[in-house]
Amino acid sequence: MEGSANMIGYGLAAIGPGIGIGLIFAAYINGVARQPEAQSRLQSIAILGFALAEALAIIGIALAFVL
Amino acid sequence: MITAASATIAAESGESFHAPGPSIFDLPGIAGSEVTKPMVQLLLAAILVFGFFYLASRKRALVPGKLQFAGEGAYGFVRNGVGRDIIGSHDFQKFVPYLVTIFFFILVNNLFATIPFIQFPTFSRAGMAYALAGLSWVIYNAVGIAKHGPIGYLKLQSVPSGVSPVMYPLLVPLEFFSNILVRPVTLALRLFCNMFAGHILLVLFATGGFHLILEYGGIGYVAGPLALVLAVVVSFLEILIQFLQAYVFVLLNAMYIQGALADEH
Repeated sequence: MEGSANMIGYGLAAIGPGIGIGLIFAAYINGVARQPEAQSRLQSIAILGFALAEALAIIGIALAFVL
Repeated sequence: MITAASATIAAESGESFHAPGPSIFDLPGIAGSEVTKPMVQLLLAAILVFGFFYLASRKRALVPGKLQFAGEGAYGFVRNGVGRDIIGSHDFQKFVPYLVTIFFFILVNNLFATIPFIQFPTFSRAGMAYALAGLSWVIYNAVGIAKHGPIGYLKLQSVPSGVSPVMYPLLVPLEFFSNILVRPVTLALRLFCNMFAGHILLVLFATGGFHLILEYGGIGYVAGPLALVLAVVVSFLEILIQFLQAYVFVLLNAMYIQGALADEH
């Protein structure tokens, strides 16, 4: 079996954003559970945070293929 | 390295398996021309979105029919859920057509990845996503410059408020870099890479599953069907991601417009 270390590196690099996305949605669920009427406001903030954390994983996969 | 994903597994019998790499996205032009499949899909998506909203809004009855109801629901989702909530009720009206158009255009293009016989996400070609991100970059900067003037807009986007001036040499270049230069790049890369990675994952599970069943033998008869079942599961995950990415793209667009219109950072 042959392959490239890029892919292992990318797998490791995806751990960080994975933890980040988990924390963001944990906080979002907590917030909604404590104050359900705030859901519509919290949702857009949660999606924004998710998008920012995900951007790191995305940059990682782009670099894994380019480098 | 272009061979990044071309890992090969030597089989017990039969030929070796070549994992799908970026080369599966290099589609030849249709009938020898320069026109490729994603280009046709872009056109098709534009026609579909236009056709749907044209037919839905043609009659404009006070009591909506089925099609008009669907159209109003789709329009209202982006208008209220994204436009009014993010940009604010004062001046969101004039951006609603743009937001609705771009949301449904991206959504239809993404859904092409799971529609049988098409099965290719348009935005897995990076150029298509660059064009969309470039358009939104021009729009939110133009909106900000029209409201605050060129100097005022640059000041708004690059000088953070509520920070002592001692920090300005450090923060101003950073804010300028992240607000003006990096935003369109991440906007395009997010859409492109999600579609790219999802498509490559599906192709890997599907072709790998068939390879395990047909060529590998032995444990392949157990692992192959498992891989094919996983391909179905991943397809559903992909449908979720297709919706989510269209929503995230239009949400971020609305946030950038709101940031450009805001009175202070």
